[in-house]
This record gives sequence, C-alpha cells and structure tokens, in this order.
Amino acid sequence: MSRVLVSDVLVIGAGPAGLAAASAARQRGASVTLLDASDQLGGQFWRHLPAVRPAASERVLHHGWATFVGLSQALEADSGCRIIGGAQVWAIETSAAGPAAVHVLVGEPDGVGRERLVFSGAAMILATGAHDRILPFPGWDLPGVFTGGGAQALAKGERLAVGRAVVVAGAGPFLLPVAASLARTGSAVLGVFEASRAPALLRGWLPRPWQLLPAAGKGVELAGYVAGHLRHRIPYRLGRMVVAAHGTDRVEAVTVASVGPDWAPVNGTERTLEVDAVCVSHGFTPRLELAIAAGCGLTAARFVAVDQAQHTSVTGVYAAGEITGVGGADLAMAEGAIAGHVAAGGLASDDQVRRAVRARRTFAGFARRIEAAHAIRAGWEQVLTADTIVCRCEEVSFGALCATAESTRAGSLRALKLSTRAGLGICQGRVCGRTVEELLATRVGDGGLRDQVSTDRRPIAALIRLGELAADHQGRGLSPEHPEPEPDPMKGTK
Amino acid sequence: MTARLLPFCADPVRPAPPTPITITVDGAAASGVAGQSLAGVILASGALGLRRTSASGRARGVLCGIGICYDCVVEVNGQRDVRACQRRAVDGDVITTQHDPLPGGDTG
Repeated sequence: MSRVLVSDVLVIGAGPAGLAAASAARQRGASVTLLDASDQLGGQFWRHLPAVRPAASERVLHHGWATFVGLSQALEADSGCRIIGGAQVWAIETSAAGPAAVHVLVGEPDGVGRERLVFSGAAMILATGAHDRILPFPGWDLPGVFTGGGAQALAKGERLAVGRAVVVAGAGPFLLPVAASLARTGSAVLGVFEASRAPALLRGWLPRPWQLLPAAGKGVELAGYVAGHLRHRIPYRLGRMVVAAHGTDRVEAVTVASVGPDWAPVNGTERTLEVDAVCVSHGFTPRLELAIAAGCGLTAARFVAVDQAQHTSVTGVYAAGEITGVGGADLAMAEGAIAGHVAAGGLASDDQVRRAVRARRTFAGFARRIEAAHAIRAGWEQVLTADTIVCRCEEVSFGALCATAESTRAGSLRALKLSTRAGLGICQGRVCGRTVEELLATRVGDGGLRDQVSTDRRPIAALIRLGELAADHQGRGLSPEHPEPEPDPMKGTK
Repeated sequence: MTARLLPFCADPVRPAPPTPITITVDGAAASGVAGQSLAGVILASGALGLRRTSASGRARGVLCGIGICYDCVVEVNGQRDVRACQRRAVDGDVITTQHDPLPGGDTG
C-alpha cells in the first residue's frame, strides 16, 4: 500500500546540489521534501562517519565542511523541510502534463517490506549526482580493484583503508583527493598515475588563466593536496596507466605503463608494483535514469539540458549538480541554490541568487577544463585482451563482444546487447554501459550504432524485489489512477 | 590481511570510542564497529572476495562502494542480494556469500 505525499518542492539527492536547493526553496517559503538513498545527508562529497561514531574533527577530511554543517543543521531543524533518508526512488511516472508520480521505497537498503511512498509535488529538483566511470583492463574484476569513489567512501564513511600498499590511477583531478584520503587513513600510496600527459593538461588548464582567479578557493584546495602529497611522499606521474592487475582471488600486483597522447600504452615501458589494492577512476558518469524517466532532454555530451534557471525541458522539473555537467561541489551548490529558488517561485534574475549566478559562471569553467585535460582518449582500448571481461555482471569478454559485433549484421545497440548480454546484468549497465556502447560503435561499421538507444535509460531506476512490487496491488492499496493525497503536514508552515 | 580500520585513537578525525559488533561470514566471526557497512566489516576481516560469479566462478569483491555495481551482493540473515556496501552491519548479522552456478554448469 502506498502513502501519497505532497510538497511544494521535491528534491531528490542530498549532496551539495540537493542541500543548496532545499535550503533556497525553504528561504522562499515553499514546503520541501528532501529524499536520499543514504541515511545521512551530504552525498558522496560530504560522506562522513555516522551518528553512532561522531567525530570531533571531521573537517580534516573535507572541503567546505562548515558549509555542510550549516546547511544540514538548518534543514534538520526546519519543520518546513521533511527529510527522508533510506529513500530509494525506483520509478517516475509521467502523464501528458509531465511527471505525475515519484515512486519511493523507504527502509533498509535492499530490504524487504519497505514502506512505499508516492510523491506528487508541484516542482521537482533532480540532484542525483554522478559515479566513477572506470575503464576495463585485464584483472579489473579481481577483488582488491576499487573505484576511486569506493575507496573514498570507505575511507571517509568508515575510516577504512582498502589496502596497505595502494596505487591510484585513471584520469582527472579526483585522483588527488582519493590519494589524500587513503594516505590519511593509513595506506601507503605507491603512486598516482594520471593517463593524461603534460601537453593535454596544459592545453586543458592553462588557456585564459585569469578566468580562474575568482575561483581562488580551488587553488587553495589543490595546494592542500599537493602539500599532502609531498608530506606523504606520494609520487604523481603523468602519462601512465594501469594496464593489468595480477592475482588469483585478489590483487597482488599491478602493471603500470607509459601511454601516448591517445592513451595507447607504449610497449617496453611496463613496470610491475606489488600492491594489495588499486583504486581507479577515469572521470564520472552522471546518474541520469530519473531525469530520463521524467522526460528531460539531454545535451549532446549526455548531461541533463537546463536553461539559466536550471529548468529542464520538462515543466516543473529542475536539475542541479553533476547531472548537468561534472564541475565539482561549488558549481553544484550554485546550481542547486538557483534551482531551489526558481522551483519555489523565484526568478533566476532575482537579487537573492545573484551570488549563485556569479559562482555558477566562475565554476562552470572548471567543467570545460577538466574535459579538455582529462577526457578519455580512444587508445586506451589497446590494454584489452580477448579474455578481458568488459561487462562484469554478465561476464562478457572483449573477445566475445567483438566477435558478435563483427559477425552479426545487426547494427543496433539493442540487438547487440541482446545477443552479447553485455550491459544487461544486475548493475543495469551502470559500470560498463558507456564502454560497451563505445566499443561497439567503432566495430559495427558504417557510421556506428543505428538506433537511438542508450544504456542510460532504466525505466526501473533501482532494483526492487518482486514481493515489494506486488504488495502494492494487494489489499487496500491505493489505485494508481486515483490516489487520494493525504494532507501535507508542512502546508501550515508557509 | 589487506584492508584495515584505522584505530580510533590514531585517527586525525578524532572519532568517539566505537561500539564493537560481531557478525558471522559463512560461519566465521568478523568484528567491526557500530555504523560500519557490512562491506567494511568484511573487508577489514581480511576477506576481499564477497561472492563467486555464475559463469566462471571467479571471485568478486567490493568495487564501487556506493551501491552502483552490485558486485558485493551477499545474503543477510536469509535475505539474498543485499548490497554489502549499502547495508549497515548490525551486531549478530549472519552473512552468507552467494554463488549461483549456471544450470548444468560445472563451476563448483
């Protein structure tokens, strides 16, 4: 049975963008519901020790910790903001007029008998964030290979070091905080290996450096990482990539090689390091499934398209943070503040959001610079061998993927997914989807894949048990066509 | 042993003294502290592999740590397919690792 709830503004995701959005919407007097799958506020950026293990100096591990404490404490104390943790949004139903119902399960992650809620709010702000993109390499399926974000989450959320001797590899500025967190949690970081080479970094980061001046805080952040790396003696090497992880049931060593400008490994440069963990990140993939389910249009670079007011192509639906472009927490908070203000009836030109609009302009430049400096280059594919697993869930190898693509006349992603099973497993293509698309597109010939299908589309946005799905249609459950909204307890606070 | 929990007394974050908890993983006791995820407790016990794959029977462990990859699913108190990185450990939890060979498969 579902309970139907109504708020003026529904915010999905309680990271930097979602918190800023909820706060801005409350400042305009709207009733707000803030949902997050976690039982903590802060998202991945401000992942911290749980309330049962309170820390006195949490700020040591975070940037902008005081901002987080200010935002979260104000919202928690505010009776006009309903915060629901452990809330898994699993579907958004649309009608001709736009999103009609947001379906949520509340309770223990992957639990049974969770409470079912249905939201229909006047406005919805999507702040679902992003997760690491990781490129496959031989041995990447061994236990002991972690994403950078995973190592970071365990370090910040539990104070757990994923290994004693660790390498951090991939591309992008995120490698630095990952290495810093590992070092502060007791790992020996043997090296940070950035695939991009110096010329690409200079081309990406150096043009028009005066545009970076208003973002001086980022420079301080970077200087902190550099100082930390010097203190912990962590080597930072450009133009290098992990080309293999070795071991039987766990990682025992990795091979690192130099790469060319297109990230193709250079023969004869391999060096093997004994490690017990490797942390990899090649950038971020936005979590788009809810935006797609709500009907929002995407940009060519496959982020949610928004206008100056953070409004998506769907009336009443706003987006903020990494799903509109990967630019970091400062940009996410600026976008969130604008989205919250406008969703609650304000205008992007209002005085209250002038600072946020200016901050958005300043930090938007970072997204472009990161892309120019660290974007994935096509030569990485050369690390793959025929038996390298590409789709982890369905255990589809690179060889099997290529053989199917080259032997079939099917040029559509849908057909190739069905015949190879790549991207059809339990993670719903979140880990391998974009890699599978890219590998197939260059192998089907004649201008790539013919259908408009993408692996970002997941009508059931989170896995739920059949029992929980069926429970809704038993007993006195509300009919989905004619739900009776219950009175909103927050309405009186406006 | 590989992964380990930083002792609270040596932690620059200065956490409060933790509450110890014990879970069992395939019958063996693993100790952790209240508030940790199942994945964290299992990793710190020295076990990296959390399940075996269906087709090749290869070991898999925690990859993404944030609920995206589903590589860390385990059975918790009789409930299957729970992401160990997402569920907080509760004292006395009984964890069983999962391995579902393909029908007719010979991977043991």
